[in-house]
Formats: sequence, structure tokens, C-alpha cells
Amino acid sequence: MTDVNKRDKTIAAVRGNVREYIVTYVFLILSVILVIYSGRPMTDILQQVMGRLSRNLFVVLALIIPIIAGMGINFAITIGAMAAQIGLLLAINWEIKGILGLLVAAGITLPLGAVFGFLIGSLLNKMKGQETIGSLILGYFANGAYQLLFLFIFGKLIPLSEKVTIVGATGVANTLNLTGQVGLHTALDGLWRVPFGTALYGVSAIVLLGAVLLFAAKKMSRNRFILLGAVAVGSVLLYQIPAVQKAFSMANVPVVTFLVVAVLCLFNVAIMKTRLGQKFRAVGQSRTVANASGINVNRVRVIAIMISTVLAGWGQIIFIQNLGTLQTYSAHEMVGLYAGAAILVGGASLNKATNGQAIVGCVLFHLLFVVAQDAGRNLFGDPAIGEFFRVFISYGVIAVALVMHSWKKQKAQAELSR
Amino acid sequence: MKGELLLPHEYILEMNGISKEYGGNAVLRDVSLKVRPGEIHALLGENGAGKSTLMNILFGMPVIHATGGFKGEVLVDGQPANIHSPMDAMKQGVGMVHQEFMLIPGFTITENIKLNREVSKPNLVSRILGQELESLDHAAMAADARAALDSVGVSLPESTLVKTLPVGYMQFVEIAREIDKQGVKLLVFDEPTAVLTESEADQLISVMKSIASRGIAIIFITHRLNEVMQACDTVTVLRDGKLVGTKPIKETSLVEMATMMIGRGNEGMNESAARSQPLSGKTALKVRNLHVAMPGENVRGIDLDVMEGEIIGIGGLAGQGKVGLPNGVMGLYPAQGEVTLFDEPLTLNDSAASLKKGMSMVSEDRRGVGLLLEESIEDNITFNAMQIKGEYLMGPGPLKIKSGRQIRQHADKMIKELDIRCRSAAQPAGTLSGGNQQKVCVAKALALNPRFLFVSEPTRGIDIGAKKLVLDTLVDLNRQQGLTVVMVSSELMELRSVCDRIAIVAEGKVVAILPPDAPDADFGLAMSGIKPDNHQAAGQAAAEGEQLP
Repeated sequence: MTDVNKRDKTIAAVRGNVREYIVTYVFLILSVILVIYSGRPMTDILQQVMGRLSRNLFVVLALIIPIIAGMGINFAITIGAMAAQIGLLLAINWEIKGILGLLVAAGITLPLGAVFGFLIGSLLNKMKGQETIGSLILGYFANGAYQLLFLFIFGKLIPLSEKVTIVGATGVANTLNLTGQVGLHTALDGLWRVPFGTALYGVSAIVLLGAVLLFAAKKMSRNRFILLGAVAVGSVLLYQIPAVQKAFSMANVPVVTFLVVAVLCLFNVAIMKTRLGQKFRAVGQSRTVANASGINVNRVRVIAIMISTVLAGWGQIIFIQNLGTLQTYSAHEMVGLYAGAAILVGGASLNKATNGQAIVGCVLFHLLFVVAQDAGRNLFGDPAIGEFFRVFISYGVIAVALVMHSWKKQKAQAELSR
Repeated sequence: MKGELLLPHEYILEMNGISKEYGGNAVLRDVSLKVRPGEIHALLGENGAGKSTLMNILFGMPVIHATGGFKGEVLVDGQPANIHSPMDAMKQGVGMVHQEFMLIPGFTITENIKLNREVSKPNLVSRILGQELESLDHAAMAADARAALDSVGVSLPESTLVKTLPVGYMQFVEIAREIDKQGVKLLVFDEPTAVLTESEADQLISVMKSIASRGIAIIFITHRLNEVMQACDTVTVLRDGKLVGTKPIKETSLVEMATMMIGRGNEGMNESAARSQPLSGKTALKVRNLHVAMPGENVRGIDLDVMEGEIIGIGGLAGQGKVGLPNGVMGLYPAQGEVTLFDEPLTLNDSAASLKKGMSMVSEDRRGVGLLLEESIEDNITFNAMQIKGEYLMGPGPLKIKSGRQIRQHADKMIKELDIRCRSAAQPAGTLSGGNQQKVCVAKALALNPRFLFVSEPTRGIDIGAKKLVLDTLVDLNRQQGLTVVMVSSELMELRSVCDRIAIVAEGKVVAILPPDAPDADFGLAMSGIKPDNHQAAGQAAAEGEQLP
């Protein structure tokens, strides 16, 4: 009897899990199929994915706090990216090289992003319940203001050096090069790079050590300890297989970049354990209840957006330094869309998101990006189909998330009135 | 009562001579409320009697101060209390247990009890960036929550998620949260037993008594007179914004309280025209075990027979389900049960079917459901007839268009008959006054030539003159055309002046069907869910021997 019960329970749990993460599983299966049809060697794919992860993960993680505060996906992180580009432009203009240049850009992004975040948050407070769409449109709107700034105000009112302006005209050049003399390309990534194997051993050792210490101090549950231990040891063992080692042979890891990402992950967890974090969660789950208990709901929401905007700006700096060129007038455009799609692919919803979901989503989404073109060429004889496919998927995932969200809300309401 | 000698002031709360008006409309007139420490004080009254306004004043709700404040004085512990916001009330030690739960489902009991009053300790970051970033001290929070839960007799672990709790327990979590607040002197319970089962309600009352025995005063807002007898020391009754009286429970009875609540007698009843011929005695609408999921007005199993040619009133307090009945039968909200109309079964959850069977409804939500505000009067009147019956259309087959002339003719006729004051039939409905909008709604319902008419809150928000006209219209339709009318209204006076019979709905069920000239006490008892003819027995059971003979 109990065995049957146990099995039933397991089956129910698995079903619940599949239902909740259906998008993620579909993506997983799709990725595997496309990896096979792309015909590209694994070494190449993994190298590419690793590179894309290092430059995109930070921005995706910047979305988590507004989601928890009940504001949906903050597509207005585009505006944070614009702030970062202002910072980068100034760093290039002042010819500050290397990591110092990036720090100057980040330093400029902080107040700019905070002010922009304050404005965005205040506006979103006027359109509660429509934040996702509102922030999307705000991003488009801000793009106009950004062009005005870069085409007319910079150069004309704020003098810039000739290197960054359009030749023979005012306004900032279309493409800014970060390589060579400018010295910002991979200024962060390049600080310390190690082969994948080394990084894996290092991370596994740290995870194992941390788990043992926490477990010994009775701050971690037994199950969690076993899980973490198994993952750490398991991945090291898996890496001993020659084929796996070969697949990762080209991938190397920008240690400092990933450390920065890890710090953000820790920040996302730690802030939820403070008074402020408790307010984010309370406001996210019920504005009425939060208000009744004396929480200034609007203020909490503005703070969430301010943090998110600044973080997104820093994420954009990491992105641009990895790419090596700044497309002045378009680099920010897709930031919100791709980051939003990535976190949704990882199983997040408009009111629930974790670091883990952001990371898984980012891996799957970019894996698909890497292989979609080749798979499109091999399957349909046309690489453009792969390109269509990935745009289709980005928007599709977001549309599905929006529909699911209001569907679940209606269902909950129907149950409530029963 | 015990604490009275120890404390310097006789009353923990005194509200003296409170008057309040909203836009020239007096909702409270010279009302006083005095509560002693450690007593359970019942606050009784019909909807609109002024209970919630009085409590809003006590809690300094923004709606009070945004509409010009109030007259009178509020004393807490004998000291004038300047309460301008709910936070001020909290600081004065006045707490509220809400009717609808102010709990976050995804939080644990502890997190809910300590919401926005978390125990935290400073860390490295918070020393620089401020208190907001202090880490939570989960152990201390859990200990506080445990103590509060123990004092309300809940043994569940404090780490339980609220969404997994049975509904009844949520009420106790709310109470635990209020008790956990420092220096609480007075708690207001707003209809706390509405969602509880009988045994949970009993437990709640014993918890209230134990809280009161610690010297905390309780204001208990309820419509269940039985519970008042069972739990309270004193009762204050409001009616029409005026104080009817304050009495010790020992000196009053169920019947007296019910009479105090309703208490208008037959004053100002306008006599309806007599019926020229007696009713046929046939059943027009038969409702069996009807359940309607209308948020805030859920119907939980109504049985009702409506006779052909009568005007039957549906009365009761707000939120008890009286409005859910017409909305359920007409297919506007999800419904379940058996309904037959003139002996033919009716398909529920299909508003077109209900309309086609010859039923029509004047909605309580005039501006939301009843009218298309931007459209003209004539289009509003004929809209349903066009859509449901295909009338007022011309042209061949599917290419039908509106027949402007027919529509205008009919609209002009209705405007004349119902005396709708307007410039012309082409005037947008939204620009009319409330009373005239209501008449357009009636005309719209009549355009379907119904055999059966639901009228829901027909006089809500319209002035006295217009009220009389609307009611007279309904009576005329009934008397002259033999139209069967079900009239739902919160205004008992209106029902008593127009209806042949009045069904009182409480907690989603019909409690009693009364003649319009039944005594006030019967109506009052029925509204609190007690069947009037056995109130003697109910009263005795409630008093459980505490009441002196």
C-alpha cells in the first residue's frame, strides 16, 4: 500500500514539475535536436556558449528583483543599457584604458541608472498591473531620447574628441571600436582566463568545501548537502571521460567575469533575507496586504526598478567589453527582449524567478542561438530560417508567458469565489 | 469589567458627538461610542447605518480626511487622539482584524505575523546603507509568532505557509498578528465569523473572551445577533447614521436588538394601488438549490417560488447573496442548480437563453452592465431586442441593418411613458441623470416584452423624487400588464411599500419569506440569519443561561 502511495506521489510530483517547467523541457528537447542537425563540432558549440554566457548572464540576473517585487519582466532594462553606453562613450572619449576604463564607465552608469530607474519606477507605479508592457514601450520611447542625445547633444553641446564623432559632422559615430589603442576589449574577461577543466576543478572544490562547512555548522539540510556534493563530484567524474574533455577543450573561462556574476547571484539571495527583501516579496505577492501593514508600496517598487536598471547597465558593460565594438545606435535595442526571453525559458514566470532559472534559461536560450542558423541551413537549405526561428522563439516565449500569467490569475480568482 | 477599577479612565475609547458628511450627505449624525477596557462591545446596524464610516474615522482612513474630516472628538485612554492615518491608530494601540484576510498566501505564518515589523539585526552592509538592509532574525521572529499563536489557541507550527491553512485558521493568524503588536488596547473585529464554520466561530468567540479578559477591549461588528448575545457585554446600535442606543446585553434581547436595527415601523410607507384581480396562483419561476459564484455576493443554495403576477422582494444585508440571485438566473455569473420558468427548464450560464425565454433584468450595475454610456438613449433601449429577437431591423437575409424609424418611434413612446427627461432620443445615455438612466434601463428591459422581470437595486444612487417614479413604474407595469417582478433591494422600506412578499437572504440562502407588514423584529432577525418564528428558542440557546430571566 505505502509503496503504491509513494509511487503515486512521485508520479504526481514529476507531473507537477513537467507542467510547471514545460517551456524549459520543450527548449531542452529542441536544443538537443538542433545541436544534432547543426552538424557543428561540440568543441565549437561549447566554446561559443561559454562566451555568450559570460557576456549575457549578468543582464538576465538583473531581471530577478523586479519579478519578485511583482512588476513582471522589466523590459526597461534597455534604458539601463543606454546609461551604460553613455558611460562607455565617455570612457572612450577620455581615453581611459583597461579595467580602469570599465570601472569609470560603471561609475557613471550608477547614478545615471539610478535616476533613470527612479523615473521608470515612478511611471510604472502609475500603471500597476501593466508593468511588463509599460516597460517595453518605455524602452522604445527612451530610444528616441537616446538618439537625440547621441546625435545632437553630444558633440554639439558636450564637446567630444574627433575619434568618437561622425567624420565631418556632429554626433557620435555609428560604431565605436573598443579594441587596439582604446584598450577596453576584454578588459574584464582578459584579467584571468583559465581552461574549462581548471575552472571546473576549482568551482567543484569550492562548492564541496562550502557544503561541508555549512553542513557541519548545521546551516544546510541533509538533502541539499547530498545534492550539492553529488553535483560537484559527479561533474568532475564526468569530465574524466575523454570525449567530454575533448568537447570542452576549446572553452576557456573568464574567471573574473564569472566571479562578478557569482557576486550578483549572492546579492540576489542575500537581499531577500533583509528587511528590504521581505518588502519586495510582500509587495510582489499582495500590494493590498503590504499596504495594510504600513509598507510604502510605491517606494519599494521604485527601489526594485532602480536596482534592476543599474545592474542591467553594468551587465551591458560586460557585454560590450566582450564584443569589442559598440554599435552606438542599436546595441541596447534587443537587451530587454533577449534577457526576458532567456529567463522565461529557464522556467521563470511573471511573478517568480530564481538565480537557477536565470542560469538554466540563459544556457538553453544561447545554445539555441548558436546552433539555430546551421540547423536551419542543414534542414531547410537556408540559414535565414534559423534566424527567423530565433526571433520567432524570443517573442513566442514572452507571449506564452503573458498568456499563462493572466490565465493562472483568472483561475485563481475563479477558485477564490467558489 | 475587572480592569475598570485599576485603570485611571473608565473608557479606553470614547467617540463623542461624531458627525460626518460626504458631499453634503450626512452619513453620521451626532453618534457616540464608549468602550470600556476588557469589554466586548457589539456594533450593530444595517448596511449604510454608518458602522464602517465610524470605524474609518477611528482608523484615520484617507477617505475621511480627503472628504473634509469629521466633527466630534475621539479620546483614547481619556486623552484626545489625533488619528490621521492607520499608522497613527496603530501607535495608539488600536488594531483591526479585517473581514477579508490581510494575509500573504505565499508567506509563512511567522512572516505574516511579523510583516513590516520584522525583527532584524545589523550587518556590515546595513551599518553603511541603513536599517532597510538589516538581516532578518528568523529565530526571534518565530518565537514571537509562537507566543502570539499560543495566546489564540492555535497549535499549528508557525512555519506553515498560509496558503495551505484552512480558511478558518487564517482568521486566527490575523488575530495573532494584532495581538503581537506592542501595546494593543483595542481591537476591532469586522464581521470575523462570516467565513467561519460553526465550531470555528465558537472557538473565535472563546478567543475573543480570553483576549478581553487580559484587559484588551474589543469592538465586534457582526450581523449575527446570536453571537452578540453569546459573546458581548454591551451593544451599540446605529440606524441611518444615528445612534439608536447603547445597552448592556443583560438588559436586552434578540427581539429588541432586531427592532432597534430595523425600527422604522410602517412610517412613510406609500400605499401601492390595489390589485384589480387576485393572483392566478400559478408558479412563474421555480428555483431549487441554486448556487451562484458572484464574488462578494455568493449564493449558496437558494430555494424560491415566484408566483405569476406578483411583485416579490428580495432583501438582506450586502454581501449575503441577494444580488447573486438575479445575476445567476440571468446567466451573468456562473451558476448551478435547477431553475424552471413557467414550467419549462431554463439553461443556466447562458444569458441569451434566459433573455429568449422572456426574462429581462434591470442590473444593479447601471453604468457597467445596464447601459452603453456613449450610445444614444434609443440604441440602448432597443439593443437587446435587436440582438436577441432580431427586432428593429430591416433588409434581406444576413444583410439586415438597423431600422432608424422603428427605433425612434419605439424610443419616443418609451420616453413618454416612463417620463424620461432628455433633450431627444439621440442623446447619449451617459449624459442623463441617475434616475433617468435607470428609467432607460427599465425601458431597455421592457423592449424585450418580458413575461418576467428582475429588478436589482433599482433605486441605488438616485434622488428621492426619481426613486418614487421608478417604483411607481414597476407597480404600474405589474398591475396593468400582469408582469411578474422580482425586486432585489437593500432598502427594506422600498420592498415593504411595493412588494406582495419579501424573501430575506442571509449567507446565500433564503431565511424567511415575510409579508410586508411583518414586525420589524422579524425582518431584523431574518437578516441576521435567524428564522423569526423560532427566535425564542434560538435566543435561549445563545444566551446559554447567562441571560437573566
